[in-house]
Amino acid sequence: MTMSKWAQRINPAVQNIPPSGIRKFFDLVAEMKGVISLGVGEPDFVTPWHIREACIYSLEKGYTMYTSNWGLLELREAVAAELQNTYNVQYNPRNEILITVGVSEALDLAMRALLQPGDEVLIPEPSYVSYAPCTTLAGGKPVFLPTSLDNGFQISADQVRAAITPNTRVLLLCYPNNPTGAVMEREELARIAEVAVEHDLVVISDEIYDRLTYVGQHTCMSSLPGMQERTILLNGFSKAYAMTGWRVGYAAGNPDFIGAMTKIHQYSMLCTPITGQMAALEALKNGRAGMRRMVEHYNRRRHLVVQAFKDMGVPCFEPGGAFYAFPQVSVTGLSSEQFAEELLKQEQVALVPGNAFGKSGEGFVRVSYAASIDDLSEAFRRMARFVRRCGVRPRVISAPSQISAARQEGICQTL
Amino acid sequence: MNNVEKEVLELLENNARLTAEEIAVMLNADAAEIKRIIRELEDRKAILGYITLVNWEKVGEEKVSALIEVRITPQRDVGFDAVAERIYRFPEVRSMRLMSGTYDLAVFLEGRSMREISNFVSTKLATIEGVVSTTTHFVLKAYKQDGVIMEDGEEDRRLVISP
Repeated sequence: MTMSKWAQRINPAVQNIPPSGIRKFFDLVAEMKGVISLGVGEPDFVTPWHIREACIYSLEKGYTMYTSNWGLLELREAVAAELQNTYNVQYNPRNEILITVGVSEALDLAMRALLQPGDEVLIPEPSYVSYAPCTTLAGGKPVFLPTSLDNGFQISADQVRAAITPNTRVLLLCYPNNPTGAVMEREELARIAEVAVEHDLVVISDEIYDRLTYVGQHTCMSSLPGMQERTILLNGFSKAYAMTGWRVGYAAGNPDFIGAMTKIHQYSMLCTPITGQMAALEALKNGRAGMRRMVEHYNRRRHLVVQAFKDMGVPCFEPGGAFYAFPQVSVTGLSSEQFAEELLKQEQVALVPGNAFGKSGEGFVRVSYAASIDDLSEAFRRMARFVRRCGVRPRVISAPSQISAARQEGICQTL
Repeated sequence: MNNVEKEVLELLENNARLTAEEIAVMLNADAAEIKRIIRELEDRKAILGYITLVNWEKVGEEKVSALIEVRITPQRDVGFDAVAERIYRFPEVRSMRLMSGTYDLAVFLEGRSMREISNFVSTKLATIEGVVSTTTHFVLKAYKQDGVIMEDGEEDRRLVISP
């Protein structure tokens, strides 16, 4: 295929980024009616009213100007206090915390500040869609650490060690994980920390789902011995406070890292919009009770989801965090994309095929349980019907003969 | 009250249609145990009933409601309770509370017309022995009831698929 004159002018680094695996589904869904979507990567709650009201008040009072490049000092102080209270890690709000336009920007800044051409970044897989492209755009090379159902989608210290080459500079961590819902056990995380120290790796830890941990306690990477100085901790307000569209996040780390990131931030973004920062401040000041209630809701739905897949006979690992379940739909004999596409066409339930989050997500789909109980129940009824048509017996884990039968028929649409 | 009881009540308070099985799954508990807890809560009248919140306007049904501030004379031994009972026994009274402040009882009435309500106030309520005065306030519009916003424009506006 010949490229148009203008396409040739696009930087190959951008040109070569593969299109998002989610896009195709988005287009498909847009044409359909009566769809229940479990494909949404954000809370179903609207931002709590007191936060919205505080933002309106800030506008009334005329807070419409630039802030410091670093973000409002008051917000940085509140973030520092929050980190100290929750994980007992200390950051100086004056030079170790940067308020960013969501974790997305913070991730990009971290990559750009750290990477030189050819530097390798270790990234667990499956994982959020932007880690690899951000690495590539910053000139680095993503090296994936595949995880699987067998080990609860956790990476291991041995795995990290085995993937290290002379070019490895950064280890990216993303737990609780999107799309698997996996959390890391503290002991293994401590071993991974030792490997990072041993090989002098910088760790970028995206802990945006930290508050949505249902099993055990979340371990903040910076809180492990020797890790604070070599960790760039990323977090934000989107998930815990249902504030996705506000785009407020932060990075915390040593003054050199954060200073370098701020340099890029000041010349590209200048500062995070003040309106979002005012809202974030209110969330930290008065949002804890509301946040706990939301977490409680997610946890109840989590039980519903796990039980539903158990009843369907579809293997599903019990997610310990975030608001996703990651069932292994390959028992139907379908690939991730086939399953998602056929389920959408036949039963009008939308979810995201697992391979959109990396090769090792193949055979799985991501089911978001950030949806109302009524929607969840109806979606599971439809899904159970579909799975049964594909020859999976309820409450039987993988009966091989049935699977191969379904497989031979290819897509089991007219059963 | 233990933790499970509290969680069961919180769930049912927001959605009375949840089945014991669903609640059991959500709370990671045994269905028979949840059934027993609910029955026991009903027996001790901790759960008083399961009602449906209806917006009658949506089906074109005209209803008029009013808040009546009632001042009453307390009686020896029983205080406000005896007069209060004579009032709240009327089915027209939808809810009623004893208040601190300038009046004693906040009585919420519901009827088919203003005439019906004023009729009730003047012939029944005001004439009860012990009732000193009544002040009637008709409701112009209901915005929120029992924690539910009547006309909530906040539907799900999220993209159908997002990473």
